[in-house]
Amino acid sequence: MSDTKTLATVWLDGCSGCHMSLLDMDERLIELSSQFTLVYSPLVDQKVFPEHVDVTLVEGAVASEDDLKKVRKIRDHTGVLVSLGDCALTGNVSAMRNRFGPEPVLLRVYPDGQKAPSTGVPALLDRVRPVHEVVPVDVFVPGCPPSADTIYQVLTELLAGRVPTLEGVAHFG
Amino acid sequence: MSAEANIRTLTIDEVDISARADETILEAAREHNIDIPTLCHLEGLSEVGACRLCLVEVKGARRLLPACVTRVEEGMEVTTHSAKIDRYRQMVLELFFAERNHVCSVCVANGHCELQSLALRLGMTHVELPYQYPQLPVDASHPRFTVDHNRCVLCTRCVRVCGEVEGANTWGVMGRGAQSLVITDLKEPWGESETCTSCGKCVQVCPTGALFEKNRAGTKTAKHPEFLPYLRIMREGEQR
Amino acid sequence: MNVEELQQIAAAVEGERAQYEYEVNVCMGTSCLAQHSDRIREAIEKEAAGCGKKCRARRTGCMGPCAAGPMVLVEPAGIRYGHVLETDAKEIAESLGRKPVARLDPQLGSYFEGQHFRVLENVGHIDPENVEEYIARGGYEALVKALTEMTPAQVIEQIAKSGLRGRGGGGYPTGLKWDTVAKVKGAQKYVICNGDEGDPGAFMDRSVLESDPQRVIEGMAIAAYAIGATKGYIYVRAEYPLAVQRLTVAIQQARRRGFLGNGICETTFSFDVDIRLGAGAFVCGEETALIASIEGKRGTPRPRPPYPAVSGLWGAPTLINNVETFANVAPVIRKGGEWFASMGTARSKGTKVFALTGKIERTGLVEVPMGMTLRQIIFGIGGGVPDGHKFKAVQTGGPSGGCLPEEHLDLSISYDALITAGSMMGSGGMIVMDDTSCMVSVARFFMEFCMTESCGKCVPCRAGTVQMYELLTKICQGEATRRDLEKLEELCEVVGATSLCGLGQTAPNPVLSTLRYFRHEYLAHIDEKRCPAGVCEIGDARRLAHDAARTEVHA
Repeated sequence: MSDTKTLATVWLDGCSGCHMSLLDMDERLIELSSQFTLVYSPLVDQKVFPEHVDVTLVEGAVASEDDLKKVRKIRDHTGVLVSLGDCALTGNVSAMRNRFGPEPVLLRVYPDGQKAPSTGVPALLDRVRPVHEVVPVDVFVPGCPPSADTIYQVLTELLAGRVPTLEGVAHFG
Repeated sequence: MSAEANIRTLTIDEVDISARADETILEAAREHNIDIPTLCHLEGLSEVGACRLCLVEVKGARRLLPACVTRVEEGMEVTTHSAKIDRYRQMVLELFFAERNHVCSVCVANGHCELQSLALRLGMTHVELPYQYPQLPVDASHPRFTVDHNRCVLCTRCVRVCGEVEGANTWGVMGRGAQSLVITDLKEPWGESETCTSCGKCVQVCPTGALFEKNRAGTKTAKHPEFLPYLRIMREGEQR
Repeated sequence: MNVEELQQIAAAVEGERAQYEYEVNVCMGTSCLAQHSDRIREAIEKEAAGCGKKCRARRTGCMGPCAAGPMVLVEPAGIRYGHVLETDAKEIAESLGRKPVARLDPQLGSYFEGQHFRVLENVGHIDPENVEEYIARGGYEALVKALTEMTPAQVIEQIAKSGLRGRGGGGYPTGLKWDTVAKVKGAQKYVICNGDEGDPGAFMDRSVLESDPQRVIEGMAIAAYAIGATKGYIYVRAEYPLAVQRLTVAIQQARRRGFLGNGICETTFSFDVDIRLGAGAFVCGEETALIASIEGKRGTPRPRPPYPAVSGLWGAPTLINNVETFANVAPVIRKGGEWFASMGTARSKGTKVFALTGKIERTGLVEVPMGMTLRQIIFGIGGGVPDGHKFKAVQTGGPSGGCLPEEHLDLSISYDALITAGSMMGSGGMIVMDDTSCMVSVARFFMEFCMTESCGKCVPCRAGTVQMYELLTKICQGEATRRDLEKLEELCEVVGATSLCGLGQTAPNPVLSTLRYFRHEYLAHIDEKRCPAGVCEIGDARRLAHDAARTEVHA
């Protein structure tokens, strides 16, 4: 246990496709599980982000007050922060509302005088932003979603104590 | 003039090569499998030197020179890749990505886009400059084709192929600076253009998903600009 | 036309003048005209006739000290009046031959001290719409001399010897340029005069075109003879309607007098000039964009080489020079290259016209020998900064130039010295700033200019100027970080190195020069959220300003 690293995955404003890709590593997950302990994730029960995590994969863009709070906290408690996938990297589909702002989007969802909920749900930011615009990011993994092979490469490189270079390997989209 | 007199010897990335005097650095480099990235260049069209991705260092030159329009010279020493050039190209590419709405994942050209593959080739994993998110129109008035200005890189390949090859001169550019827009006729809807022959050449030469054929998606959206050089050669043959 | 005929015309003009005892010259430059100097002239003429004075009131071009306009010059006494009103006409007319009207003294102080008029030698002395008056002051002597006594090669030799360099900003040796075009083979060659002056705060070319248009035409004709061209174009901005009108008249008069057209001065040399109007794009001052615009195409630059000298207008060898460059030609031919080179510094010869504007006592058009210091121009001629404020910087070279601080005030003006100091000569705009100017805001202003004037052809300029402008805005609003400053500097480097034409290549200059000399102002905005000049509204200041505005409304 002592020589395994802790791994967290976070799902901000995205479609969870990157997490699907993560699961697509299939039998390699078993191999990785001997070296990584998954301490926080939408895939596990843990509700509180641990005091220190070695590697955190962040899927999704920063779109709400809650995302912003979360990602800042995660940054403070993470060794290597990985932006996973186009939403985290570019804003991607999540950021397509930036051309209009949040109001017209809410109006589309709550038309004809229906009121958008104002309590209990986090307020939308004026502008959806990629993770690196909000906190420093250590590793960028493009792709919508990044392939299971790419994610595997990133994780094994990090385990080997190297900073993975994906230049020329993974592309947007 | 003898054939020898038309030959220039030079080095590109310290490789000795020879090229015809009327060739550009880009042509000479590609003949020798030396990679120089380009976006606005397309074989068969005139050069505009607009994308600035093919800038190279030429020893003795005060500035970086665009390889697509710079002719080879005797004794030239060209460097196509250096830390500085690579950094400049990355930032130029970032500027392209940030200025309009290039959302690769939901683009018809995903997987067949020259801008997308340039990011891969030049190792651009993310854009540090803030995205501009301009509000840009999509014109789907043409029965077969669509122009989506959100994906346009203003390379003017469509403008050139329409004027130089098809001879229709339907495409043009209006506005200036970041407000520049490729337009059909005098900004009439494409479907109402009286000059457009619907030949589709503009679609085939467009490097991104800005111009695309309707009812096609995925692998079928691959463009085929390779018709151009052949067409040129055939036409020149006819004129002789 | 020959020398004798020129002398006859000059004699006729002098004969006409001799009929009058007094001559009241009234400035018809744009600035004075906007204050109804045309009505003032009519009023003076009427009043003078009314009190029986042998006087004529003449239209002349710009007299220089625009801030004191409308300007009036009474000859032969050489008395200048400023801020003249129509209602002053009677008093001026009555004072002819008597004591000057003291209250109309323009208070020019040392404005003319150290100025040396070559380009502007006729400005304010002749009627710009009268070719005969131009001839009476030596006009077209140079053309006649070139055509009848000199070979094209000799003309170029004199220009080269003079050391004249391009006055549009680049400072390329004029003689070398002429020689290059002359040597290129081509059945048809063109001469183009670049009058697309567009720098903020610049009005040198405008004043020359409005005040002495024949001079530019003569320079172009001599150039055409030297390089073997038969056709010329003057490209003027449509925003200069008065210049266009006076040029139109000047071209007609020059044609009538046989200085343009077929067989000029009884030689086989033919040359004619047409005007082309710019439609308001700054980038059309770039030579290849200007040429595209004349061809009827979209005004965008193209990569050089080929230079216009080899492949210019419609693919023909083309000589393209700035208005002021052409305005310098005639005296060089008349008096010789050596005469011209006797003034100036080692590598910058002759004089330079500057448009002196901004926070300065005496705004106006000045012409000074190369090598004069900025201090002499700003504090001597310009009278320094008004209202007890402190000089902070002078901006030269327009959006391509830079801001020089106080420690550079003793810099001698020359192409090379200005570049070394981080600015450039440019076409001659000189904007003075005092302690109420925020240098980040100044840089932002020029970046906004470049951003809106970018043609959009190449991406570094099209998108890079937008990014730089937004970063500068962020700094001005006190929302930027040190990382933003790094990004700004990186953008400056990349946009400067990779842009297609001069507009983009030099767009970062105002930022770079202000960063070089006023970095502390950037840092104050970033680290302390404070604008040292009190221009930018940041944080509390922003709130206070809003509150103050509200209080004012209530008060």
